Amino acid sequence: MSTVTAGATPRSSTLRRNWDKHWAAWAMVVPVVAVLAVLIFYPLVNGIWLTFTNQTEANQLAEICTKSITGGEVCKENPNAWSFVGLDNYVNVLTGKIGEFWQWTGTTLIWTVAGVAFHYGLGLGLAVMIHREMRFRGFYRVLLVLPWAVPAFISAFAWKFLFNEQLGLVNSLLNAVGIDSVAWFADKWTALFVAVITNIWLGVPFMMVALLGGLQSIPEELYESAEIDGATPWQRFRNITLPGLRPVSMTVILLGTIWTFNMFPIIFLVTEGQPAGATEILVTGAFRAAFEGIRNYSLASTYGVLILSILLIFSVFYRRVLRKQGEVW
Amino acid sequence: MTTTPPIAVSRSDAPARVNKPRRGRRSPAASIALHGTLILASLIAIGPILWVVLSSFKPGYAVQSTEITLVKDPTFANYEYVLFETNFPSWFLNSVIVASLTMLIGIFFSATTGYALSRFNFPGRRSLMMVFLITQMFPVSILIVPIYAIMASLGLINTLPSLVIAYLTIAVPFCAWMLKGYFDSIPTSLDEAASLDGCGPFRIFWRVILPLARPAIAVTGFYAFLTAWGEVAYASAFIQTDDKYTLAYGLQQFVPQFNPQWEYLTAAAVLVTIPAGIVFLFAQKHLVSGLTAGGTKG
Repeated sequence: MSTVTAGATPRSSTLRRNWDKHWAAWAMVVPVVAVLAVLIFYPLVNGIWLTFTNQTEANQLAEICTKSITGGEVCKENPNAWSFVGLDNYVNVLTGKIGEFWQWTGTTLIWTVAGVAFHYGLGLGLAVMIHREMRFRGFYRVLLVLPWAVPAFISAFAWKFLFNEQLGLVNSLLNAVGIDSVAWFADKWTALFVAVITNIWLGVPFMMVALLGGLQSIPEELYESAEIDGATPWQRFRNITLPGLRPVSMTVILLGTIWTFNMFPIIFLVTEGQPAGATEILVTGAFRAAFEGIRNYSLASTYGVLILSILLIFSVFYRRVLRKQGEVW
Repeated sequence: MTTTPPIAVSRSDAPARVNKPRRGRRSPAASIALHGTLILASLIAIGPILWVVLSSFKPGYAVQSTEITLVKDPTFANYEYVLFETNFPSWFLNSVIVASLTMLIGIFFSATTGYALSRFNFPGRRSLMMVFLITQMFPVSILIVPIYAIMASLGLINTLPSLVIAYLTIAVPFCAWMLKGYFDSIPTSLDEAASLDGCGPFRIFWRVILPLARPAIAVTGFYAFLTAWGEVAYASAFIQTDDKYTLAYGLQQFVPQFNPQWEYLTAAAVLVTIPAGIVFLFAQKHLVSGLTAGGTKG
């Protein structure tokens, strides 16, 4: 075939060969690519464009049409139509003229670091424990994974209920040991504490399960030979378990960070930003700033672009650090 | 597979390996510490759920009281109210429809995509993997407006399909990524053997790989179902009339700012968790074996 088509344009024949070789793979991914293109890429491009305008729910129409008495439609130009405003949105957000960008970012950082650190630490500890052979192992595992099965908004309600100032179990228990009730949602730090606890409770099972899977892929022989060489349990953990878990850990920490950073329902439902918006993180703060009252599309997009940029920069940085340490991922 | 029955596995039943002294010689003190820690952790894990379940059987005044009681005047009144006096049944049905569709369509799309990513080195493969990672970073707040606009122009606002489509964009990238990792762990020699027998790529996928990937399918299905079952932001943006609410959004009506009706909320919470729990029970024994892969290989 190649001898016959030697005279044909090389480009079309490459295309042809590619098609023959890869059509099955392309056919398998095309539905997903199409859906992502329509629902992720188009919105992304559109969203970036929106950030340079001042479009809101009220001014999005270029023309206002009203039904006239004769039945026809009369369209007039909208006097307050949206317009191109350049970088105004970014300036407004970053200088704090609208919303509390820097405060929210600070809260988001605390929220994310605390969440991921405890998810990973507790998840690792439980995974190592439950990896051992012992009685009731399967039973413990089902119980420990259970919080994962509860929808996030239900967990949010459950914890809000537990920490309720008047009728919550936590305050009742505190009273029982002679401590006065705490108004958990009246102070920024106690409110944030409740939200972080809820999020930790919610996220540990995923980490535990993922790390448990990683533990199972570490060959038992490594531990045996280390033990023959006289390694202490701590040394075995440091030198076999942790390196063996590295690939899984890197992925789940990255995903965990991204997910926690963008975790919407917990803050939105548990603290509702109380007191007075002090516990908003970026995603919830942006949501309220942009969607309460008149829906401000351009403002929402501006926050979205900023959040996405932070996460992109983080993951590029994260990968670079890993590469330096010789991890090709 | 990797699950252990809840009964103790005696060491002699363990795979025929060399006797493992490390496991065998746990001192009684270490044993107590281990079980003690796990019991405590399990209590913390199920405590809040248990407390909500107990509260749901209490009458309103007992829920509102500050006294700690495990059971007090047990009653089904809260359940009766939620089931018969509110729109709960129709919200519930909406949620079931949305979550099931998301699960089924999501599994199908992510399985084919994961298989292609795992087995074929086609042009665009690496960038697709990157795109999947990036989709995880999208804050709802950037997507919600343009997606709202797209849904509006398709006439899908205030319909359930709009939610299914939106949830698929959340679930499919992660599921495809996870399944790809799992497919990687299935030896390619199986594909080659089937190929020699004259199977095309789609038949191999359908007949050989999918049956082997059941654990991973179970896990991704579970994930997709839960994603749809518990989502709030899209639901509150796209759905406008009471009869189309999903549970996640509808339930918020029980928590008005100043007078939350906790007793109904707890009953509703239990009813909402049951279907998720059933799906969980089906998936749970595969959770470990199915998730191993997802994270490990990029």
